[in-house]
Amino acid sequence: MDTEILARIQFAFTVAFHYIYPPLSIGLGLILVIFESLYIRTKNKEYHQLAKFWTKIFALTFGIGVVTGIVMEFEFGTNWAVYSRYVGDIFGSALAAEGIFAFALESGFLGVLLFGWNRVKPWVHLVSTIGVFFGSMFSAIWIVVANSWQQTPSGYHIVGEGLHARAEITDFWAMVFNPSSVDRLLHVWLGAFLAGSFLVLSVHAYYLLRGRYEDISRRAFRIALIVATVFSLGQLMTGHRSADGVAVNQPAKLAALEGHFEAKAPADMYLFGWVDKETQQVTGVKIPGGLSFLLHYDFEEPVTGLNAFPEDERPPQVNAVFQFYHIMVAIGMTLIGLTLLACFFWWRGKLFDQRWLLWAFVWAVFLPQIANQVGWFAAEMGRQPWVVYGLLRTSDAFSQSVTANQILFSLILFFMVYALLFVLFIYLLNKKIKNGPYNEEETEDRPLTHEIANVLTPKQ
Amino acid sequence: METFLGLDYPTWWFLVVGALFSGYAILDGFDFGAGAWHLFLRKEESRRIALNAIGPVWDGNEVWLVIGGGALFAGFPVMYATFFSALYVPFMLFLVFIIFRAIAIEFRSKEPGKRWRQSWDICYSVSSIMLGFLLGVVLGNILLGIEIGPNYLYQGDGFFEFLNPYAIMTGFTSLSLFMMHGAIYLLLKTEGRLFVKLTFLLKKGMIFFIVSFGITSLYTLLYVTHLSDDFRSNPALFIIPLLTFLAIANVPRLASKKKYLMAFVFSSLTISLLLVLVAIEMYPNMLLSTIDPQYNLDIYEAAASNKSMKIMMIIVAIGAPLVLGYTTFVYMTFKGKVEMDENSY
Ligand code: HDD
Ligand code: HEM
Ligand code: HEM
Repeated sequence: MDTEILARIQFAFTVAFHYIYPPLSIGLGLILVIFESLYIRTKNKEYHQLAKFWTKIFALTFGIGVVTGIVMEFEFGTNWAVYSRYVGDIFGSALAAEGIFAFALESGFLGVLLFGWNRVKPWVHLVSTIGVFFGSMFSAIWIVVANSWQQTPSGYHIVGEGLHARAEITDFWAMVFNPSSVDRLLHVWLGAFLAGSFLVLSVHAYYLLRGRYEDISRRAFRIALIVATVFSLGQLMTGHRSADGVAVNQPAKLAALEGHFEAKAPADMYLFGWVDKETQQVTGVKIPGGLSFLLHYDFEEPVTGLNAFPEDERPPQVNAVFQFYHIMVAIGMTLIGLTLLACFFWWRGKLFDQRWLLWAFVWAVFLPQIANQVGWFAAEMGRQPWVVYGLLRTSDAFSQSVTANQILFSLILFFMVYALLFVLFIYLLNKKIKNGPYNEEETEDRPLTHEIANVLTPKQ
Repeated sequence: METFLGLDYPTWWFLVVGALFSGYAILDGFDFGAGAWHLFLRKEESRRIALNAIGPVWDGNEVWLVIGGGALFAGFPVMYATFFSALYVPFMLFLVFIIFRAIAIEFRSKEPGKRWRQSWDICYSVSSIMLGFLLGVVLGNILLGIEIGPNYLYQGDGFFEFLNPYAIMTGFTSLSLFMMHGAIYLLLKTEGRLFVKLTFLLKKGMIFFIVSFGITSLYTLLYVTHLSDDFRSNPALFIIPLLTFLAIANVPRLASKKKYLMAFVFSSLTISLLLVLVAIEMYPNMLLSTIDPQYNLDIYEAAASNKSMKIMMIIVAIGAPLVLGYTTFVYMTFKGKVEMDENSY
């Protein structure tokens, strides 16, 4: 295999693996902030138990997120040297801002969040949790800005030629607020909140089904359900805005998302389908003119199709892009349906009697994860053959001096290490969930004994 | 060329990146050092205390690497690209060991089993040793120069070219320096029997360092002569090596007087002075070509645009005090000897 393919496989593999964890860390961060704030407001110990329990799981996702992220930061230099030289002037400042504003905040307060329970006052602890949460939100800002710049470049000019050509920054704020960054940032944030809240829903639904930790789980489930419902609905809006943006800024990508080939014709919207690139046919269930309507509120309005672009400027994998995009949208709709249904039962006061619904929530934890993954794959593969849209081709961007063997070596290495990491992650997650928020042996009267213990041995 | 307070932007940025990497070496250096000693501590209790000594801070220390990497990318994209792709294999190994070190720290305490803990102890200690060593190896390669040709392209193709004798020596030097530094840090955080044990280990660490450092210095003076050119042409610079020697000599002196906090200050100073030495030897080059000096990469060729550097200066000016603020907060929260509770590793 050649260097380019290997470099792409390695990048896709390592970044996709990384992206299992950030959404969980960001989403759980939000939930932790909610639990801790409720604890401080109500002084109800159950919130404290919840916060401590979820902190342990958070530590797990965060830890793996950090180490896999460090790999990403250096991979641009090792595997994409030409790209790094080309965009360094722009991308570098976003990445450095991320380090200074976001990661330092996160990692600085992390120590207090994990180890400071007995050492600082509850409100100082809450401040630290908020610090970590904001840090993770900020880190999403800068990385998504960098990625959005490469989708929709702005605020730059090109200097030099050939191997020495590069983009130089002319306007920092135009770079930051490039045409797609705000929409995509919101979409990514909400995707992360969904990942976190569905994990909480899943674990507590499981406890409820097993009849364990029932009081505490009801509380946690309701809170996470509110978060999940709000953001599932929100995700439809931010996704729609992203799609509008793609239509304007990256018409070839939009055409690939819906498998629309004809250069100028009203475009259909598929619920699902299969794209045959050779015959330019899509087989599936569609709303005729649906895409035209969504974009222009008119079923007849033409939309630019793939054939309007030269062969070498179209995304090569139309079917894959189409499938990834449709899986994401289908999941988005499923999440909306599921959360609204749960809210309906809650309103009727029967939420926790619906065992089948609780089972659905146990398994639904995978849906936002899958949607996050395929969403990125659709966005990134839809951008091909460009690495920087319209400016730099992926085939020109990799490191010329790195040999295929070296990449193969590192790819195998990462594959083994990540496989191990993943197995350990699942094993420990499972164990933490089995162990639960507190020791059940002393349940029921535990709060009481705890109070007594507190009175007998007051904290210094 | 535009200047700020008399220095041009690339030079400023060279200083910033240098400061970040020496901050990283000082901070994560004691983590690596503490990790390198880990297997020398025999008792489970001692190992736990040692782990918890770095527990709340190692992740924050690692962020200096992330910021340093980001700053290098932002300030010197050409350097970032050429350097990391030329030293591909050592950097990939470095990343893998960074992963192993982190997960060993995280996962070790999650199971009580002896086998589980022992495996992670080995993993943790070996990774820390390798990290300390690889940093020195990379530095050695920077000092020696690498095979860069036209268009900043690396022309060597060996897998293990980075492991030349000189780089191996600098590797041992950095490892031993971190071990000394880490032992002092642990002394600050422990008491009782463990403390006594560590005073012995520190002695061994100091000897290891002084021997490696001596050999490396001789090697440099005899065989890597291009490095001392700057000093010969500008004797005033000799003050830096002189200060370095004084700082190094001060560490055992303070340690024997049991002034560990000061010893720690001086071992930190040693780390940064050694990096200042490297910086002076290199400046204004960032990478030396072993093929032809005309392909050397200097800070002006490597730099991002002035505009970008100015933006970055603002970002650093706003960000640095914040970072110092949280770092102080965390170290204050966990100051003094290690105290363990149910949240500890
Ligand atoms: C939506 C957000 C998001 C996205 C798209 C990415 N990351 Fe990430 N990253 C985070 C959100 C995040 C985070 C939430 O801040 C992390 C992850 C897990 C964590 O727990 O912190 C993190 C950790 C993390 C770290 C370690 C930081 C530390 O030491 O604290 C680095 C260096 C990177 N990432 C770099 C990258 C790069 C170069 C990416 C692109 C290719 C990338 N991340 C994609
Ligand atoms: C974490 C979320 C992300 C995921 C899951 C993701 C996914 C992918 C995938 C699957 C590819 C390979 C596409 C292909 O080969 O067809 C890719 C390529 C790439 N992406 Fe991303 N990406 C993410 C974030 C980013 C960010 C934030 C950046 C930059 C700021 C980025 C920059 C790149 C680059 C440089 C390539 C290499 C060129 C290429 O193969 O297309 N990605 N990404
Ligand atoms: C509900 C319907 C949804 C629509 C209409 C939608 C639309 C889109 C569009 C058009 C893009 C490509 C944006 C671009 O390339 O610039 C995208 C990307 C993405 N989607 Fe969705 N999406 C939906 C649901 C979801 C859900 C439920 C999740 C996750 C929980 C999700 C996660 C992502 C991610 C992570 C990306 C890649 C980052 C980005 O480009 O913004 N999406 N989505």
